[in-house]
Amino acid sequence: MMRGGQGAERAPVLQFTNCRILRGGTLLREDLWVRGGRVLDPEKLFFEERRVADEQRDCGGCILAPGFIDVQMNGGFGVDFSRATEDVGSGVALVAQRILSHGVTSFCPTLVTSPSEVYHKVLPQIPVKSGGPHGAGVLGVHLEGPFISPEKRGAHPEAHIRSFEVNAFHDLLATYGTLDNVRIVTLAPELGRSHEVIQALTAQDICVSLGHSVAHLQAAEEAVQSGATFITHLFNAMLPFHHRDPGIVGLLTSDRLPPGRCIFYGMIADGIHTNPAALRIAHRAHPQGLVLITDAVPALGLGNGHHTLGQMEVEVEGLVACIAGTKTLCGSIAPMDVCVRHFLQATGCSVEAALEAASLHPAQLLGLEKSKGTLDFGADADFVVLDDALHVLATYISGQADSQSQPNPTSASGDSKSQLNPHPPLPRA
Amino acid sequence: MRLVILDNYDLASEWAAKYICNRIIQFKPGQNRYFTLGLPTGSTPLGCYKKLIEYHKSGDLSFKYVKTFNMDEYVGLPRNHPESYHSYMWNNFFKHIDIDPNNAHILDGNAADLQAECDAFERKIEEAGGIDLFVGGIGPDGHIAFNEPGSSLVSRTRLKTLAMDTILANAKYFDGDLSKVPTMALTVGVGTVMDAREVMILITGAHKAFALYKAIEEGVNHMWTVSAFQQHPRTIFVCDEDATLELRVKTVKYFKGLMHVHNKLVDPLYSMKEGK
Repeated sequence: MMRGGQGAERAPVLQFTNCRILRGGTLLREDLWVRGGRVLDPEKLFFEERRVADEQRDCGGCILAPGFIDVQMNGGFGVDFSRATEDVGSGVALVAQRILSHGVTSFCPTLVTSPSEVYHKVLPQIPVKSGGPHGAGVLGVHLEGPFISPEKRGAHPEAHIRSFEVNAFHDLLATYGTLDNVRIVTLAPELGRSHEVIQALTAQDICVSLGHSVAHLQAAEEAVQSGATFITHLFNAMLPFHHRDPGIVGLLTSDRLPPGRCIFYGMIADGIHTNPAALRIAHRAHPQGLVLITDAVPALGLGNGHHTLGQMEVEVEGLVACIAGTKTLCGSIAPMDVCVRHFLQATGCSVEAALEAASLHPAQLLGLEKSKGTLDFGADADFVVLDDALHVLATYISGQADSQSQPNPTSASGDSKSQLNPHPPLPRA
Repeated sequence: MRLVILDNYDLASEWAAKYICNRIIQFKPGQNRYFTLGLPTGSTPLGCYKKLIEYHKSGDLSFKYVKTFNMDEYVGLPRNHPESYHSYMWNNFFKHIDIDPNNAHILDGNAADLQAECDAFERKIEEAGGIDLFVGGIGPDGHIAFNEPGSSLVSRTRLKTLAMDTILANAKYFDGDLSKVPTMALTVGVGTVMDAREVMILITGAHKAFALYKAIEEGVNHMWTVSAFQQHPRTIFVCDEDATLELRVKTVKYFKGLMHVHNKLVDPLYSMKEGK
């Protein structure tokens, strides 16, 4: 859908009033102005264009935060992004639509370690796509594997794990087929020739993430020096922290990172994948780099029972999803807003910090912070309306509400004011 | 003049806001009948603006048929700089009320031809039918708007270089760094304000006391430009106790004794709501 452009100045001006907006790291008592799908500077509108709002919407004192960005989602609602079908697009669209009620306005569909044919078939079917009332935007695909450590494969199938030691980047490109729609690649830096690969991917503006790895701290630091900027689900599928070799976890406090570089790290804050004490240690060590992810599996939103993930079978009970017949966790089924609330409660951090971990930080990771993850003037008007306990009441993309939370258009005074209605409650797993 | 003395800053701000509110409502503004208001900036009128916003939000006062003319603006400061007077007026007043943006006039300190901008401002005031009520403040050096000591008492809107006293007083808004304070401004003239049908000067705080003394108990003098209003037929000075500290006891007692008369101007407080 079009944002900005020449027609934007004729687009109606929306003013969201009676709210607190997250801006500059603080919750400010300010109105949010939107036009043409972007956040508008009302002072400029007043003095330069001499215009007022065409429509006002009363937010009932709620919090307006930038929409959440999930950079690691394997599927959900029965859809498995790693399954090669003829119509992957429909599955992506379904997930994109359903996660709006979790407050997610942009995401990276994630593919786990798969055979080469799967990448060749699936990747061209998941183009980068803007969000709208129909669903969250697709920022690009996250390829988690197959260039990982067999020892730390977690739920990934051993048979399809590969290395690129023969032809480095060419091996990688041959495996995936194309890098056109790819945004993030998770790999293990201890694999031979990883530095060339990391440099080549970084040169193409693809974010390189370290994960499913037995790398020691030095190898991890070298990978960051080569261009890696992210850590895939910190603590999980990597060597545990050791006081003489902190491993990848040590990147959070490393003094060997390139100057000015911030290392980001994904955390699954579902209350299961990470002990709250570990979550707090990471958060306190490096709060600016924490990125909340769901690592959601297709079972998200489906309920207890047997479901499929990649080439594996999984068993769901309550909020726990394991490889069938084992106790190995294979991804979370906690929606993003549940993760944000749990993160807030477990770390005792401020509401602003919890919200930034799910919005600003992933945007910064992907270099999108001018248009996503913030409510600064000119940013895309992707935002979520929350109550004080951070429950999602409505989700807006490009200034338009998703179809399940249309505001009530009438008001007693007769001018264009409307009240927001809460989402109807959705069944939780 | 009327000298209205309230106990403290909050009460002075409230009295002033009530007065403005009543003047607007009693004028009965409408489609072809706009109330023209001259407006100041600075820390003194903040309390007054807050009260006016309150009256607006409670539905008692609308600015739909009000035209405003600000006194001044810095030269060379970007319009969206946090310390520009455009920013001040937006954040402290305009964004909270229902004024038509076309009716909110502020001098443009970045105009290509500054004198032409000043002349145009004078013309706009004239076209609006003159100012019904000009609200202003007083500087520690007794200036009104940026009419620094030595300004002609019949001056019009023009470019002025700021006096050191003013620059020092403004430094607090620029991180205490004198080099960051603008040195020039566009300002309405003393004569421009004198042309208003009514003038209200807000003066609060002990640091303004000496200036108030010079303005009302000494002669008309271009070194203390607020003194020009001794020759205006309808001027009200609204002060708190601290601002009167340099006045003669006799002056203060006289005007305090008149408060029951002054208070009739604000009580009853009118409202634009139906049936009030």
